[in-house]
Amino acid sequence: MNTDTERRSPVSALLRTAATEARLLTREPVAICVGILLPTVLLLGLGALPVLREPAPEFGGLRFVDTWAPMALILGTGILCVQHLPSTLASYREKGVLRRMSTTPVHPGVLLTAQIGVVSAAATLSALLLVLSSWLVLDVEPPSRPLLFTAAFAVGTASLIALGVLVAAVAPGATAASGLSTALYMLLLLVGGVFLPQNVLPGFLARLGEVTPPGAQLLLASWSGDSGGAVLPPLVQLAIMAGVALAAAALAARLFRWE
Amino acid sequence: MPIIDVRNLHKRYGEKTAVDDVSFSVEEGEIFGILGPNGAGKTTTVECVAGMRPADAGSVSVLGRDPRRDRDEVRELLGVQLQEARLPDRLRTGEALDLYASFYRSPADTGRLLESLGIADKRDTQYRRLSGGQKQRLSIALALVENPRVAVFDELTTGLNPQARRDTWDLVENVRDSGVTVVLVTHFMDEAERLCDRIAVVDSGRIAALDTPAGLVARTDPEQRVTFRAPRDFDEQVLAARPEVASAHRSGHQVRVTGRGNLLHAVTSVLAREHVVAEDLRVERSNLDDAFVALTGRSPEA
Ligand SMILES: Nc1ncnc2c1ncn2[C@@H]1O[C@H](COP(=O)(O)OP(=O)(O)OP(=O)(O)O)[C@@H](O)[C@H]1O
Ligand SMILES: [Mg+2]
Repeated sequence: MNTDTERRSPVSALLRTAATEARLLTREPVAICVGILLPTVLLLGLGALPVLREPAPEFGGLRFVDTWAPMALILGTGILCVQHLPSTLASYREKGVLRRMSTTPVHPGVLLTAQIGVVSAAATLSALLLVLSSWLVLDVEPPSRPLLFTAAFAVGTASLIALGVLVAAVAPGATAASGLSTALYMLLLLVGGVFLPQNVLPGFLARLGEVTPPGAQLLLASWSGDSGGAVLPPLVQLAIMAGVALAAAALAARLFRWE
Repeated sequence: MPIIDVRNLHKRYGEKTAVDDVSFSVEEGEIFGILGPNGAGKTTTVECVAGMRPADAGSVSVLGRDPRRDRDEVRELLGVQLQEARLPDRLRTGEALDLYASFYRSPADTGRLLESLGIADKRDTQYRRLSGGQKQRLSIALALVENPRVAVFDELTTGLNPQARRDTWDLVENVRDSGVTVVLVTHFMDEAERLCDRIAVVDSGRIAALDTPAGLVARTDPEQRVTFRAPRDFDEQVLAARPEVASAHRSGHQVRVTGRGNLLHAVTSVLAREHVVAEDLRVERSNLDDAFVALTGRSPEA
């Protein structure tokens, strides 16, 4: 045996694994269509209705498409982070993919990290696609506070990912994980104002949207400039979301089982 | 120095003792079988050998290294095929192998490996579209991609059809012939008898016997049986005069003789002397199945 070849670094193992996982994601029609493409398609589709492109007093003089654009974003990132991610991780555990990897010199944590990286990249792609196409096609202004929007998106996505990994950690199997993640997803959509715009949500639900992942109110405020009557200042909302992300991540790390 | 040395291994899961004082060593170049009924502790034993589980007591050494303390080194030297480990559905055969190859310092040539396992034409096939036998071959390929000194195969042929099983046996022999020491966990007698140089029979977490397949058979039941059909006027008791014969019985035309040594020769020479034309002459030898039942008190595949 020739032992003088250098061991590949953990970083290169991570990159190889991430490349493989990215390729696997491109073979998941549901994740691609619903997670990455659906938000844009939905928003453009709704934007095709003239009435939704008219400024309306109930949206504070904004158009429906302006206020609903961040919701479309949540729809897609939610699918990727709290549906696709936990069910993939739970199935990897159930199938013994993680255990199999633990017999190699590369820890299965590398696979977990790669999955998270790939899902974040897909969520970012979904967001870019949405912001650009709604701007070019529907004239939805790009985020009015780009820095705050980027931070809100990054922290919001991180909080969703942490929740997704937490679901994978507590679910006994792949079926349970997918049930649990669907329930969580619906809840996040409801609170996030995807079914009904923030402005017409009952007050307490809209307030809840300020403190639940992924921070729908903050995305809305930093994109369209419409604060939606948020009570908490943006940075406080950001800090809360970061806190949720850290707490969920810490709990997930504690509870995660490799087999 | 043995390739694998297991001394007084103990492992319990909560209250349940899975491995109870197991010791054995595996020599370079052999196919070492671990045979036993469901729940005997076979998988637990090899998982301790592979460093996947810590032992509660006792010691394990693989090529002189401790699989827990020197885990990185042992992982480069020992390839594992796990019972019930699957891959992501949409991962292609070639991608899986290339990824795993990238985890090791001096991996095998993946193209040649696929070739030698007969799945080169499946390189671009997704895992979910492989047949059971092809999945098993891929699993073997993953265990061999690191160019291991020792390969552990856990229930390699469970769930395969008879032809695929025989093909897999040939593969295991090729692996051994290429210089790799093999530990083979199975609960199939024919598989153990055909492949293994030595077998540890494990029952309820303990080693019930450790010997060559022939040794196991001989130590449990050296008795042979010869049966044939003979005319009614043949008195089977003339056979009992021969020292090799322990007993001779008749029911209708059927005569059944038991004994030791060269029993067949003893029977045929008596028949020739008596000018008896025997039909349907058969020798029944006890096999590993009988040995297994004698050692563990139960049938292996039940
Ligand atoms: N992770 C675990 N947790 C608790 N008990 C376990 C675990 N794994 C195995 N056991 C128990 O330990 C005993 C030995 O199990 P093991 O898997 O080693 O048996 P085996 O000989 O490989 O059986 P099989 O032929 O069915 O694969 C069994 O009684 C099993 O129920
Ligand atoms: Mg087993």
